[in-house]
Amino acid sequence: MKFRKTSIINNQLIAPGVYLLYFNRWFDFIPGQVVSIRINSEMAGRLYSICSSNKSKVVQILYKVREEGLLTPLLSNLKKGDVVEVSEPFGNFIHQNNQSVFIATGTGIAPFMSMILSGHKLPEMVIYGTSYNKYLHFNKTIVDVIGNSNFIKCVTKELVNGTFNGRVTDYINSINNLKNIKYYLCGNPNMVVDTRDLLIKKGVSFNNIMSEIYF
Amino acid sequence: MSLEPLLGKTLTELQQIVTNLGLPKFAGKQIAQWLYQKDITEIEQMTNLSKVAREKLSQNYCFGTSAHSKVDTSVDGTKKYLYPTSNDNFIESAYIPDKERATLCVSSQVGCKMGCLFCMTARMGFNGHLSAGDIINQVRSLPERQNLTNIVYMGMGEPLDNLEQVLKSIEIFTADWGFAMSPRRITLSTIGIIPAMKEFLERSQAHLAVSLHSPFEQERKQMMPIESVYSFKQVLEVIRDFDFGLQRRVSFEYIMFDGVNDSSKHAMELVKVLKGIKCRMNLIKFHPIPDSPLKGTPFNKMVEFEQILKKNGVMTTIRSSRGEDIFAACGLLSTKEKSKK
Repeated sequence: MKFRKTSIINNQLIAPGVYLLYFNRWFDFIPGQVVSIRINSEMAGRLYSICSSNKSKVVQILYKVREEGLLTPLLSNLKKGDVVEVSEPFGNFIHQNNQSVFIATGTGIAPFMSMILSGHKLPEMVIYGTSYNKYLHFNKTIVDVIGNSNFIKCVTKELVNGTFNGRVTDYINSINNLKNIKYYLCGNPNMVVDTRDLLIKKGVSFNNIMSEIYF
Repeated sequence: MSLEPLLGKTLTELQQIVTNLGLPKFAGKQIAQWLYQKDITEIEQMTNLSKVAREKLSQNYCFGTSAHSKVDTSVDGTKKYLYPTSNDNFIESAYIPDKERATLCVSSQVGCKMGCLFCMTARMGFNGHLSAGDIINQVRSLPERQNLTNIVYMGMGEPLDNLEQVLKSIEIFTADWGFAMSPRRITLSTIGIIPAMKEFLERSQAHLAVSLHSPFEQERKQMMPIESVYSFKQVLEVIRDFDFGLQRRVSFEYIMFDGVNDSSKHAMELVKVLKGIKCRMNLIKFHPIPDSPLKGTPFNKMVEFEQILKKNGVMTTIRSSRGEDIFAACGLLSTKEKSKK
């Protein structure tokens, strides 16, 4: 894997413990792809989905600081002008421009933002789950692009007007007739496995479910 | 204050511990022999250490073994052991005796993050990595330890998602101060996390097995989310470029799903993608998990598939299914049990 030293142009705190890292784009990519990021060649890189449009000159990476993590506590301290090493993009969690539903939790929204902002065929619905309302990233952008009624916000730990109180699986369980179209899932492994099992149980073919797991 | 387990420490770490305690450096090797080559389970039983040395050790350390808390025995002789782990979870290991050979299938994580569609472990979610000590304990506390000939990292978890602890455990299994096993008796099975796989190939001599399950990217992606990040074609490139030498082996695991990945087209594509790689192909019967959309391929169809591969030069075997009645067979290890501590 080839890495290139890359200057950060912004490292913005967008919610408690959650940042958007910005750097100038030096590669072409397909929305849904990931890059590996590391501070230096002494450490192993970690994978992050690109969150921005493939037409933008600036790449955005959404990350959450994990206290026990090796990289994110260091990343969160970086300032404009600091340098990280970024790999060429790779991976094939790629939207086929078909009828689809996007399902994400937490920072798993990143590849879907890239797909939406890059002008891919819009999903019929985005189902996005978080613990608290403050972690519903890009709320306004998603509403602006796909409309409020097609954006299902699932919040588990507080009651918020306009959101569904519960997990994404609780919401999916409440739907009576799920279309057998493409479902793209991204987020933590437990959500992905539980959601995939539930979709299959409700009649979606397993070959209509594409998953990316953050590990 | 909880005591730190000695089990799972390398010789270098043990030498550091004894040096810090003001004991002679050679005591490190003596402790390693007690930990990995003898049958005691208490520091007090390390009789070639002075009483003072044992007392000093016991103030901060414990031996570190944990006996199994449950065992299920299959009609075919396979045994499934449930072991407690250092972080208050439970994991399973499968002991598989077969004529002159006896294999232990060890776990490397509590649960798994990889989310493969056909695997029961994925359903239990991820509850943490195992320490090298937790991995070693599955062998060290195995009642049939003396009969053991082979170790396979094919239990719960993706071993290359816990690379450092897995490599440390392999070091202990293979070092002359450890279990002194040949690395050729150890196989690590992975879904193909490429950077970690390269590290494993460079830093260990153990055999490699890769879970393939389809020679078509889109289809593999539907069953194995890892394909979205590290494609099997890239995995094969790494394997093709690596010098395995004469004795180190690479094999591929291929679970057969009825009507999904068991056609002659699949067999011929396998022949094509594996061209140039000296390898073995293990065809595995699928053991259905609850509510799974997948079904196992009938045996006669597996034989036909095997024949196509063999005729085209791919060394292939149909792996016999073991421990099915106690849910110890491939892809079935899973436990929701938690420590009551």
